[in-house]
Amino acid sequence: MLSIDRAIVDAIVAHARRDHPDEACGVVAGPAGSDLATRHIPMENAARSMTFYEFDSMEQLRVWREMDDRDEAPVVIYHSHTATEAYPSRTDVSFAGEPDAHYLLVSTREPDSEEIRSFRIVAGVVTEEKVCILDAGVDPHAVQSYMFGQSPATVDYECSGR
Amino acid sequence: MAIEVRIPTILRSHTGGAKIVEGTGDTLGDLFADLDSRHDGLKGRLVTDTGALHRFVNVYINDEDVRFLGALEAKLNDGDSVTILPAVAGGAPDFAAVAARGLRAGSPAAR
Ligand SMILES: [Zn+2]
Repeated sequence: MLSIDRAIVDAIVAHARRDHPDEACGVVAGPAGSDLATRHIPMENAARSMTFYEFDSMEQLRVWREMDDRDEAPVVIYHSHTATEAYPSRTDVSFAGEPDAHYLLVSTREPDSEEIRSFRIVAGVVTEEKVCILDAGVDPHAVQSYMFGQSPATVDYECSGR
Repeated sequence: MAIEVRIPTILRSHTGGAKIVEGTGDTLGDLFADLDSRHDGLKGRLVTDTGALHRFVNVYINDEDVRFLGALEAKLNDGDSVTILPAVAGGAPDFAAVAARGLRAGSPAAR
C-alpha cells in the first residue's frame, strides 16, 4: 500500500496537467527505510514526448546524490500517461529499476478527472497496490482511502496498517 | 589505488548487498570485467550481448555521464569514482506508440 499526503498527490496531478499532452515524471523522496513519501521532486522529461518519458541523466545524478546526502530514498517514482490508462506499459516494466519504489501512474486522458494507480514492479512482475491518501491538516485519523484500479478485492476504506 | 564504484539497490544482489565496491581498469569496460571476476553476473547487467552499455543503466565517472565520454571506452584514472544508477524511463503502452507512428505523415510503418 502507498500512503501519501493529498497535497503531494495534488502537486503530482498539477504537474501532469501542466505537461499534458507530453508525459510528466518525477520522484517523491522520503527517509530511507521509512516508506514515507515526503519530498516531491518534479523531474524534467528529457524525451519531451507524448508516449515516452526519461529522466535527464545529469538531473537524476544530482537528485539521487542529494537523496543520498539526506539519507533518503526514491519512495515514489511517478509518470503520466496522457492518452491511455494508468497501468505500466511493457517499456515501463522493462525499465523499472528501483525494486523498493512505488510506481505511481497518473492518466490525464480525461480532461476533468484523473486516474491514479500505484504498483510495485519487481523483476518484471507488476503488482497493483492500494493508494491511501492522507488528508494532513484535518483530523489525522480522518483518512480517506481510494482504490483507483480495477481490483476490488484490495479496496480497504479503513486504510488499515496505518 | 582503486576505483570506487557505487552500486544501485537493484544490482546489489551481485555484490552481496554492498553499496560500494572497488575495482581497477584503464577503461570502463576493463573495470566492468574486473568487477565481474568478483561479483558474478554484474557485467551482464551493465553490458549487452553485443558489447554496448545497457540502456537500463546510467553510468557516471565522477560527475560525467559516460555516454558523453565514449561509454565503455571511457578512460579511468586512479581515484576516479564511478556511479551506476538505474535509468528511469518508460512510456505509454505500445499500441499508443504504434498508433502515433501510423498517424505520422509518410510513415513507412503504416503497413
Ligand atoms: Zn508509462
